[in-house]
Amino acid sequence: MIGWLTPRNVVVAALLVFLILIPIYTAATGNPFLLTLFTRIVILAMAATSLNLILGYGGMVSFGHAVYLGIGGYAIGILAHEGLSSGFIQWPIAIAASALFALGVGALSLRTRGLYFIMITLAFAQLVYYFGVGLDRYGADDGMQLYQRSQFVDAISLSNRTLFYYLCLALLVASIYLVWRIVNSRFGLVIQGSRSNDRRMQAIGFPTYRYRLVCFVIAGTMCGLAGALLANHTEFVSPAMMHWTRSGDLIVMVVLGGMASTFGPLIGAIALMVLEESLPALIKLAAAPIVGEAATRVAEYWQIVLGPLFLLVVLFARGGINGLLESLERRRG
Amino acid sequence: MLLIFEQCLNGLQLGLLLFLVAAGLTLVFGIMDMVNLAHGSLYMIGAYFAASFVAWTGSFVAGAAFALGATLLVGMLMEVVAIRPLYGRDHLDHVLGTFGLILFFNELVRMVWGPAGLRVPLPDWLNTAVPILPGLQYPTYRIAIIVTALAVALLLYVLVMRTRIGMLIRAGASNREMAGALGVNIKLLYTLVFGLGAALAGLAGLMQAPILTVQIGMGENILILAFVVIIIGGIGSIRGAFIAAIMVGLLDTIGRAFLPDLLRLVMTSRGAATVAPALSSMMIYLVMAVVLVVRPQGLFPVANK
Amino acid sequence: MAEPLLRIEGLTKHFGGVVATDGVNLEVPPGELHAVIGPNGAGKTTLIGQLTGEVVSDAGRVRFAGEDITSQPVYRRSRRGLARSFQITSLFNDFTALDNVALAVQAHAGHSFRFWRDARREDELREPARAALARVGLAGRENTIVSSMSHGEHRQLEIAMTLATRPRMLLLDEPMAGMGPEESVRMIALLRELKRDLTILLIEHDMDAVFALADRISVLVYGQVIASGEPAAIRANEDVRKAYLGDQDDHG
Repeated sequence: MIGWLTPRNVVVAALLVFLILIPIYTAATGNPFLLTLFTRIVILAMAATSLNLILGYGGMVSFGHAVYLGIGGYAIGILAHEGLSSGFIQWPIAIAASALFALGVGALSLRTRGLYFIMITLAFAQLVYYFGVGLDRYGADDGMQLYQRSQFVDAISLSNRTLFYYLCLALLVASIYLVWRIVNSRFGLVIQGSRSNDRRMQAIGFPTYRYRLVCFVIAGTMCGLAGALLANHTEFVSPAMMHWTRSGDLIVMVVLGGMASTFGPLIGAIALMVLEESLPALIKLAAAPIVGEAATRVAEYWQIVLGPLFLLVVLFARGGINGLLESLERRRG
Repeated sequence: MLLIFEQCLNGLQLGLLLFLVAAGLTLVFGIMDMVNLAHGSLYMIGAYFAASFVAWTGSFVAGAAFALGATLLVGMLMEVVAIRPLYGRDHLDHVLGTFGLILFFNELVRMVWGPAGLRVPLPDWLNTAVPILPGLQYPTYRIAIIVTALAVALLLYVLVMRTRIGMLIRAGASNREMAGALGVNIKLLYTLVFGLGAALAGLAGLMQAPILTVQIGMGENILILAFVVIIIGGIGSIRGAFIAAIMVGLLDTIGRAFLPDLLRLVMTSRGAATVAPALSSMMIYLVMAVVLVVRPQGLFPVANK
Repeated sequence: MAEPLLRIEGLTKHFGGVVATDGVNLEVPPGELHAVIGPNGAGKTTLIGQLTGEVVSDAGRVRFAGEDITSQPVYRRSRRGLARSFQITSLFNDFTALDNVALAVQAHAGHSFRFWRDARREDELREPARAALARVGLAGRENTIVSSMSHGEHRQLEIAMTLATRPRMLLLDEPMAGMGPEESVRMIALLRELKRDLTILLIEHDMDAVFALADRISVLVYGQVIASGEPAAIRANEDVRKAYLGDQDDHG
């Protein structure tokens, strides 16, 4: 039992408990801010988890992963716009569309490696983004509102924010569990081996392309589902959801939290939020004695710390926060 | 007919600017095996510096010269501080690390110059047009860009192919240990090469500045196009980058200009107007996808890497 | 006369203006250990590349077990029973030795589209892996991460990986590379033991190993086989002496 009490496990358990309790706190205080914020974080954590599968475990650096948030989201949005609000129709279509697109993009992109692959995913992201911008009927650049959230059965209304939050949380946990099972299975070992040394994988007899393609499709599909959730949450879809900088955010979450770790993406999503909320305050605090009143304005540029911070993580803390927690454990043990 | 010729010139101009950016990128990748996502940020910085220095000195040429120098300095500083620690690491680390640099520079620019876009006014003597063909007036400034970019391309060719420094660069590209063992100061060489790449990007940025609005995020747009150029042309090949850049520039410009008309042949006018802008933006990526399917190593791949 | 397990006919490869392999002909009957020797730059690396499928040949054929494998992809040749070890160690560095070899076993244990079961608990993968590790002398080092193993152990692991794929023939690319005297002796003993039930094509610089193990030797110089035959004949061959052996001490 004591073996489980590692710093990392404690942190993860605390986070999970915290996440479960959010709606209760919200009900108690009557302030919906935290609930809204954390619904978004949970959904993005799910997207990051799907990215971790291909990026962290598979070594496939995709700068176009946010595209699937858009595909899932737009599937919901477009169908709702055309009068089809049933979740039973929308969600399978969102999932199928994401899977098909991932199959197409993956089939082309995975013929390349390394830098070529990164750039292709980036270019495909631009392709889809501009396609979305061109969708005049569905809001083009400005985006489109969702008149109604996905309808399932009368008993379950996604407009009930607490219910929706727990749904998202459940799906997040399911995703994390699924990814965990996948990476330790035969399939997952092929993916990890391919990241580690693809040449050797081929030499021992693995046709790695097909495995990486399937992995790519799984990740895209999972992210598409997250996109459907996101559309329901914001009740709004726009091409901005799919911009490659959004993919960059997801990559930051995965790397910051810890690549190729089970809970890294979740930790990263929360850490990024913590940074976003606390850095301005911290900078203001630090700058106040120096620049006095201008500190508030200086704090506006908190993002300027994020870039170098990320570079430092890449240089010195490659395993992200999860890696740091695990190294704490090694030092104690 | 004249319209097509004018669009071709515009395409040539865009292509040459793309070449400048892509050349810097492919040089750095070919020689230092370094993927620099922040290359676009140097392009952006060049444009912003131009805006400031032109305003400060009142002279376009002087402002441009200062901007170029300043971008060169920023580039070399970037190399020493942020890029050096990344050498030897795998490309993923390069991408992640330089992505952090993009975030940094975008915020820095926002802090120093503010979030609104800037304009760089052209001096009167450049803000004219000359008749290059009977019935066709073409902006002097765009001609200046074409001439300058071609001159730089020629200089680059001479530098890399005919000088001792160029030899060192190519030696560094093909065999790093040997070059190091020969006593070539690799660190200095790398800094200079990176600086050269930065200068090329900055030059493209400052030349483009009067034509477009100078704004945050302009770097990323050009970066992606530059990568498309490199992929089509073949990573590490300057000649490939040149040809691919001209191709991309022409394709993009002419496509945007004539796609609506072409589409109107097959669909309604309203349909064409709706689809055309998105399709023209998408077109270049479609071409890249096709090239990748047909010839994954690019059109002019460097034989040995 | 039994059909050779490996038959190489007129294998040729140019890189730009440089000819790497030039009409190489070679036959390896089943059960033989055939060594290929030659100076650096002779084309040995290219030859291995062509045999494994990493290098696309300009001309020539490769027949393995009667089948023309010249244009088959790398992984399929492994599936056919042609296993290859690398001159410069190429392993899965962040994984344990057992993980490494188990992956090789997995490649030949049906398809890997299994997403649920923990593969590290599959005896049908782990047991043969343990056996292969034991056979090369790495029993007890199973749970060591590859990056913390010694160079000699890496070379042993390279062999274990090939064995785990249950091959009919091994292509060994300088298995003794970078080994000290003690380790070399152990490796020679291992190879002698493997020779008993496997056909082997051995690329090597270490002449002690070559003359101790080889049934026949081919000498590759400037992409061509200048001599091929039994060790004694090769040692006595004038051309070979001039081109290669005369200047050799112990290692190439």
